[in-house]
Amino acid sequence: MGYTFRKGLIDGLPVCIGYLSVSFAFGIFAVGSGFGIAEALMISMFNVTSAGQLAAVPIIASGGMMAELAMSQLVINLRYALMSVSLSQRLDRTVRLRDRFLIAFVNTDEVFAIASSQRELVGRRYLYGLILTPYLGWSLGTLLGAIAGDILPTIVTAALGIAIYGMFIAIVTPVARADRATAACVLIAAVLSCLFRYVPALSAVPSGFVIIICAVIAAGVMAVVAPVKISSEEVPADA
Amino acid sequence: MPDFFLYLAVMAGVTYLIRMLPLVLIKKKITNRFVLSFLHYIPYAVLTVMTVPACFYATGRIEPAVVGFIAALIPAWFNKGLPIVAACACGGALLTELFFVYVLPTI
Repeated sequence: MGYTFRKGLIDGLPVCIGYLSVSFAFGIFAVGSGFGIAEALMISMFNVTSAGQLAAVPIIASGGMMAELAMSQLVINLRYALMSVSLSQRLDRTVRLRDRFLIAFVNTDEVFAIASSQRELVGRRYLYGLILTPYLGWSLGTLLGAIAGDILPTIVTAALGIAIYGMFIAIVTPVARADRATAACVLIAAVLSCLFRYVPALSAVPSGFVIIICAVIAAGVMAVVAPVKISSEEVPADA
Repeated sequence: MPDFFLYLAVMAGVTYLIRMLPLVLIKKKITNRFVLSFLHYIPYAVLTVMTVPACFYATGRIEPAVVGFIAALIPAWFNKGLPIVAACACGGALLTELFFVYVLPTI
């Protein structure tokens, strides 16, 4: 009874491979923005959040306000709060309080999606197997990317840098295709984001605040216009 | 670089608290419909704002980035999963970049 550590490892491997490529791109990006190799690695090892890290790099590099950094992380990573709420309903009795403190640290979009899609409740052995290789992949990929950023020709690093956006596209597109309200939310967010980029008066707003403002407006408008059904899953199916 | 560690502590602290507090503290389910709806939409809104239009400036020139963006969109549309989508994005961008650097000048 219960899923084994081994099954967790097997389920986590595809995520690990995906993370290797994406965090490789992050490593290149961080070093290209002026961070040291050790700094890039530490950011990945202590945060384990693609979007949050990507947004933080220009804020830190430009000496931005702590409030901007903290608020941008809050908004960008708010989705994890919901995933943690949902995951807490899916844990079996083997998961102790101290396990929760550890598992929460690596509760990423992909880890959550796999853990919550299991038919039975999940135990701590399975969860530790599941989070092990994605965490190592995320850290190792960042290290390799940070080192390679200095070695590889620009022509290659430039192309690899787009991988992190590939990850966002992989998460958003299938849901926007299946659900019109989510597609509308995506459209609003994209238009607002472009306004902040191309309208001269708005383009001076720091990047962290742009993310907060645009995302809160887009999600807020759609939450009023097209609220989700209470009875259904409170978490997006594949986020 | 003491500033870096302060930044690191702030971002890691905020991120960890967001993940940890609900998992450790919340026992009941959230029932407020607006909050649930807002939380449902926020991931897609955030990721979109971060991708458009920043993605188009991720590579040196705009053409490889646009090709990479479209190359990622197609497998993503058919739900192909993260490794394939990321590979398509990079492959599309790299081939376009190579075209601009090595092929175009010879034509």
